[in-house]
This record gives sequence, structure tokens and C-alpha cells, in this order.
Amino acid sequence: MSDYIIHNPNNDGIDRRGFLKCMAWAGTGAACVLQGGVLKSFALGHSHNGHVGSLKGELSFVQISDSHIGFNKPANPDVIGTLQAAVTKINALPTPPEFVLHTGDLSHLSKPEEFDALDQVLKSLKTSRVFYVPGEHDVLNDNGKQYLERFGKDALGQGWCSFDQKGVHFIGLVNVLDLKAGGLGNLGREQLEWLEKDVKHLRSSTPIVVFAHIPLWAVYPDWGWGTDDGAQALSHLKRFGSVTVLNGHIHQTMQKVEGKVTFHTAMSTAFPQPQPGTAPSPGPLKVPAEQLRNLLGITDVDYVRGRHSLAITDSPLTT
Amino acid sequence: MKKQLIFRMAAFLLLLVGVVALSNRTAHAGSQENAANQVKIDNFSFAPATLTVAPGTTVTWKNSDDVPHTVVSDDQVFKSKVLDTDEKFSYTFAKPGTYPYFCSVHPKMTAKIVVQ
Repeated sequence: MSDYIIHNPNNDGIDRRGFLKCMAWAGTGAACVLQGGVLKSFALGHSHNGHVGSLKGELSFVQISDSHIGFNKPANPDVIGTLQAAVTKINALPTPPEFVLHTGDLSHLSKPEEFDALDQVLKSLKTSRVFYVPGEHDVLNDNGKQYLERFGKDALGQGWCSFDQKGVHFIGLVNVLDLKAGGLGNLGREQLEWLEKDVKHLRSSTPIVVFAHIPLWAVYPDWGWGTDDGAQALSHLKRFGSVTVLNGHIHQTMQKVEGKVTFHTAMSTAFPQPQPGTAPSPGPLKVPAEQLRNLLGITDVDYVRGRHSLAITDSPLTT
Repeated sequence: MKKQLIFRMAAFLLLLVGVVALSNRTAHAGSQENAANQVKIDNFSFAPATLTVAPGTTVTWKNSDDVPHTVVSDDQVFKSKVLDTDEKFSYTFAKPGTYPYFCSVHPKMTAKIVVQ
């Protein structure tokens, strides 16, 4: 049941067939593992007989995204309920995560009561450590002042941060402020300068995990799914042997491997969005109630020391 | 007696003309506000993308999308708060000129108002 890249004429580390299969499985639970530029995918059911199970390593953490607390329209009038389901799922993981990353759009309209409700739900996480980066919905009207006071107390600048955990260097970036007319996500010069300094002292063998709301790679610029100066950020990470970029914003899983960099987007805990170009706009995808939780989920990431690759597992709320 | 009746009828007719004229004017003003000077926000776009109005006109934007948007001029001449579904924003354009604007939440959404 696993697909290996045997031959890749594009030399970009991506096997189209394996990649598509992996993506297709994302809706029902799949693990995508990159090893030495080789992408393998396994159905989640195989974790019990060793495939994914054997990948458990020193560090395990979970990414959740796009909770949009305050959203109350079709297809999900109960975004608090689905966030609670995500928390239940995280708490039931066989390997408890060391921390949780929330990659933005905590709220729908940046209202204090929406942030309160998110706080309340995440209190029932077994891990008390949650790291955040803001989404564009968290910085409405006040340029992120309220977000920063509540969720970015230890962060720098407009909310960016970095920390080390078990030999892995984590970098949280903010690309939802000072957006320019006609443009995409924006990191800005100050943050890019900080990033350059932040990684300067690190050995090239240090695994890097970058998390930010809007994808740092051009997923679908027509819908604003990309970051104008994302390439500049990645240029500062060129010398590293393992870079994993985790994003949200597009409410669906996608993965791309470019050399030593793995890009991955997570599902939302609130509502799905259409695949690029398949709808007139990227607005919420209305699906039958019984299908909703297949399209919402969490992302579990494992790091095995010495392997220089992180195992990324997406699983929907239903399984 | 007859003179008085004619006078009364004339007065009534005058009143009637006045009422009709007034109601016409109201209807005209209403249609101006609803259609000619309104920009609809739907499906992550502004419609019409270019709206031409006379100086002194008040333009109203209405968000008919199921996600929030904003209306922000490129050079910050006008700037709305975030507009949730069915919320509106109005701005009166005093001076002639071209006013490009965008949604600061979804900056791919761009449009302009031409005042002439």
C-alpha cells in the first residue's frame, strides 16, 4: 500500500503519482513521509502494523489551523463543537504531543468573545503549551494589537517567534499584516532581517520547522494563496538540510517537496474551502453535514533524530 | 358657488401634481442610492470593478459574501471597518479623481471609483 518515488524526471523530489495518491488519501487519513528526497505515503490504517508507528521519534507535536471561532454559516454552524472534536482527537493520540501549533485564523472577526471561546476550548488540551501565529482574521480593525496582547506576549515584532525543542529549531512567521493592494501574503523587511539573524548561529544540520498562516509557496496566487516575499524567507534557510514549512489558510491539505524543503498545509477545524480554481471564489465550501468532519482535521508531526525528515500525518475529525 | 368649486378642483389638482412630483423625486433618489452608487461585494470581488460618479456622490458598499471584507483606498483616503455579511460602508466623494481601493483582508480584491 505504499508508493515510492522510483524515478523523478523533474528532479524536484516529487513523484506526481505518489503525491496525488497521498493527497487523495488526505481526506481519509494519510501519512506522508519524506526520507532523503523520497516521498512515501501510507494509509493511516497501517500505523498499527508498524509503518507509521515505527516513525515515532523524539519529538511529536500537532498543528491545528483556521478555527474561525465566530463563523456560524453553512457548512458549519458549530465551529466550537468541531474545535472541541479536534482537541479530543489530540488528547487521544497514542504519542502525546509536546505542544500544539495553531497556524492562525483563531477567530473569524477578531472579536474578544471569539478569542475567549477559543481559549476556553484549548484549555482542555492535555498539553498546556500552544504556540500561535495570527491569520488575517485575527488582526482585523486593530492591526493585530489585541491578538498580540493575548496570544503573542512572548513574541517579537508583530508576533513572530522562534524556539528550540529537542534539537529542532522552530520559527513562527507573520504574513498577514500590511498587505498591499493586488498582492499576496507579506512578511516585510523587518521580519526578514530578524529571520536572517535568527538562523545565523545554527548549524546547517539543524532541522528547521517554519510555521505561518498563509502558505509561503505559491499555491494559487489568483486566490491570494501565496506570500509575496516568501522566497526571500526561504533563501535564508537554503543551507539547511531539512526544512519543513507548515501553513494553514487554504483549509485543505497540500504537500510539495522542493529540494530539502517540504511544504505542507493543514485542514481547518471549522470549514473546508474549494480546491484551487474549482469554484468562483475561495469562500467556504458547503458540504452535507455528514461529510463535514471528513474535511476538517489535525496534523500530527513526528521528528526522529538523525533522520532529517519529519513525518507528517493528517487525520480528519471522523477517524 | 361655481367659481369656488373650480378653485377647489384646481387646488386639488395642484396638490395631486405636487404629491406625484414629490413621490417621483423620492423614488428617483432611492434608486440612485440602491443601484447607481452602490458597489456589491460578493464572491471575493467588487462589482462594478469601476464605478464612475459625480463629485459629491455618496457611494455605498454592501458585503453580500459569507466571509468578512474591508474597503480600503490604496492611499488611505477612505477605510472601512471590517464588514461582516450584509454590513455596509459609505463614503462621500467630494473631489474629482480616480480612487483605487482594495480589501485589506483579501488584497487580490481590487477596484476603483472614478469621480468626474
